[in-house]
Amino acid sequence: MMHLEKETRTSNGCRRYFMKTVVALPLAMLFGSTALAVPGTAEINTTGLAVTDTTVKVGILHSVTGTMAISETGSVQAEKLAIEQINAMGGVLGRKIEYIQEDGASDWPTFAEKSKKLLVKDKVAAVFGCWTSASRKAVLPIFEQYNGMLYYPTFYEGLEQSPNVIYTGQEATQQIIAGIDWVVKNKGAKKFFLLGSDYIWPRTSNKIARKHIDKLGLKVVGEEYYPLGHTQFNSVINKIKLKKPDVIYAIVVGGSNVAFYKQLKAAGIDMTKEKPIVLTISVTEDEVLGIGGENIVGAYAAMKYFQSLDNANNKAFVEAFKKRWGDGIVIGDVTQAAYLGPWLWKAAVEKAGSFDIDKIRAASPEIELPTAPEGYVRIHPNHHLWSKTRIGHARMDGQYDIVYETESLIEPDPFPKGYQ
Amino acid sequence: MSTISFRSLLSKNDIFGFVALVILIMILLPLMLDIFRLNLIGKYLTYAFVALGLVMCWGMGGILSLGQGVFFGMGGYCMAMFLKLEASSPEQTAIQSTPGIPDFMDWNQLTELPWFWLPYNSFGLTLISIILAPTAFAFIIGLAMFKRRVGGVYFAIITQAVAAILTILIIGQQGYTGGVNGITDLRTLHGWDIRTDAAKYILYYLNALLLFVCLFGAQIVRKSKLGRLLVAMREREDRVRFSGYDVANFKIFVFCLAAMFSAIGGAMFTLQVGFMSPSFVGIVPSIEMVIYCAVGGRLSIFGAVYGTLLVNWAKTSFSESFPELWLFAMGALFIGVVMAFPNGLAGVYSSYFHTYVERFFQMLKQQFYLKFLSHKTV
Repeated sequence: MMHLEKETRTSNGCRRYFMKTVVALPLAMLFGSTALAVPGTAEINTTGLAVTDTTVKVGILHSVTGTMAISETGSVQAEKLAIEQINAMGGVLGRKIEYIQEDGASDWPTFAEKSKKLLVKDKVAAVFGCWTSASRKAVLPIFEQYNGMLYYPTFYEGLEQSPNVIYTGQEATQQIIAGIDWVVKNKGAKKFFLLGSDYIWPRTSNKIARKHIDKLGLKVVGEEYYPLGHTQFNSVINKIKLKKPDVIYAIVVGGSNVAFYKQLKAAGIDMTKEKPIVLTISVTEDEVLGIGGENIVGAYAAMKYFQSLDNANNKAFVEAFKKRWGDGIVIGDVTQAAYLGPWLWKAAVEKAGSFDIDKIRAASPEIELPTAPEGYVRIHPNHHLWSKTRIGHARMDGQYDIVYETESLIEPDPFPKGYQ
Repeated sequence: MSTISFRSLLSKNDIFGFVALVILIMILLPLMLDIFRLNLIGKYLTYAFVALGLVMCWGMGGILSLGQGVFFGMGGYCMAMFLKLEASSPEQTAIQSTPGIPDFMDWNQLTELPWFWLPYNSFGLTLISIILAPTAFAFIIGLAMFKRRVGGVYFAIITQAVAAILTILIIGQQGYTGGVNGITDLRTLHGWDIRTDAAKYILYYLNALLLFVCLFGAQIVRKSKLGRLLVAMREREDRVRFSGYDVANFKIFVFCLAAMFSAIGGAMFTLQVGFMSPSFVGIVPSIEMVIYCAVGGRLSIFGAVYGTLLVNWAKTSFSESFPELWLFAMGALFIGVVMAFPNGLAGVYSSYFHTYVERFFQMLKQQFYLKFLSHKTV
């Protein structure tokens, strides 16, 4: 199941598409038709997806109600923006994208039900969706059974590689190893305290962090987990004070973050003094909005995207995003990754010259997206993205200053040898 | 105990109820809906087991349990554990550091199967535990509460606490239970692929059949002396006690019965949906299941089924049409039903439609007699 089929159909598909264009071109010129590059529906959709001569249907599946709505709304907005921009450019293979939005309602079984509806009833050509690992795990068997294609935006724990998912966020090693290397090299950190919410992502991430810290010959002085939604961190803060680590490595998730950072500050740990340094991989600009900039100023975050990223792509993206969804909005790592989904799908469809899932799968590896807000990205044959990792330094106003970025793209490695 | 005659077990109305439901579930719905929708109906019907249990426990016995998700979840998890072990053969899990154990155990650095998973290698033991484990658990809770005469609101609160505790336990012990993700990616039952359309049809009918068995069981209890005692207990507990009955035992019985029904529903849920997660165990789903029962009418065993179908159908279709506003529509539905029809759908039926149905039957009868008599005279 985990092996991706290495198919050679792409080249064939390309050739056919190319041939068709070659034949169509003089004909179109002859008739002065504008629809010269629009290939016939029967040819680019052999499996009965919802593709017509002018439109193609895709699905958006996120929680817009329930506890996860606050996190997933950004992804929905990013995906809609990308789809609108693609449509404004003429769509995909001459077809306008229409989306069907479904609500996962922060409930994993609902995600399963809705994903099945999108694939079986609506026959969507692709689905952009899911946020938590639990929701992805719930829909995965359905995507594999009905051969759909899911673009999944969240940074996550790895240990997965489905032929029916393109992971547009970072897997754990990409995020973690670069961050720890940086803090060791630049801040001389030697002792780490690992902390997280109690579920698969923080646990797996800390496992990787611990192995890496061990490899560097440094020390982990504590490792603690708290249930999702936990709000009493005083005991662990006392432990931290006792153990005097150089780095608090925090993977606290969701609403717990608010309590954690406020209590950390109240306990007299001033993050701007960097003794100890707080390094997190779970707090994007979206979370800072809830925590409050003044409560987290001075902390470091390791991820692939920050809103403050200074390049032309990102400036255009931020501007377009604010224009579409309002000035007060912030854009976090996952929102940007969600934005990549429709673009990567478009690129794959165009490379394959077809909407067929098998052909998209075969075409996906090595697809490049130089226009991504985070900078150039490329799809690895293991369906994850090559991407850079950056270190952001939290500012008072809820944004991050980027203090470091890896020189080259980091290879995604969802099954890291020596880290399991 | 005296034997129950057929007449006293099934009144004309009950027969009508059964026949109408059989026609709806076994014939009409499968004819009208494609397999995707039918599978959804199958999923809803698994909640109907819980609602049926609540009719017995709450409607008849007056014991409001806000933790029925616990038993639904236990049944579901028992089935899921068996299916997961089947899906975790060493060949299928060869890429793990320890092949042959479920994937989530491998992610949590477990290297061998925990002892309490071992019975789930056997299908027979699994079936036994689906029935026995939740019933035994309900028995313990019942024994501890009802023998001490804890009842009413206090009991409801305690069942909520149990639901919360079990959820936290499952999420916290993710190496053993799959945590928040639950137990996912279940594929085959004894090599039989449960994900195919054919399998979905078979499971749907199996589920419907089991539901009717449970409905019939509930009907027997309802019409027996035991059932009358339960109602008496609900109305005036002291009088029943003073008449020499041990009230606690009856309460324990009906609570266990409700738990058993829920567990069967849970197991069927896992089979039809293909996974189980702690989101069915907690307080919110447990209360939702009480709502199904309330919407259907807490005094009617058929009402429970219709209520469950209505609420879930509404949930699915509202959320498909208005993904961002559907919760408001659901809220309006609940408030509307409770305000306008305090006895739920069953109440609506008995006060508005019942007479028409009666009249219709009378008419049929007359027609029948007329024909029969006219034939005789000629």
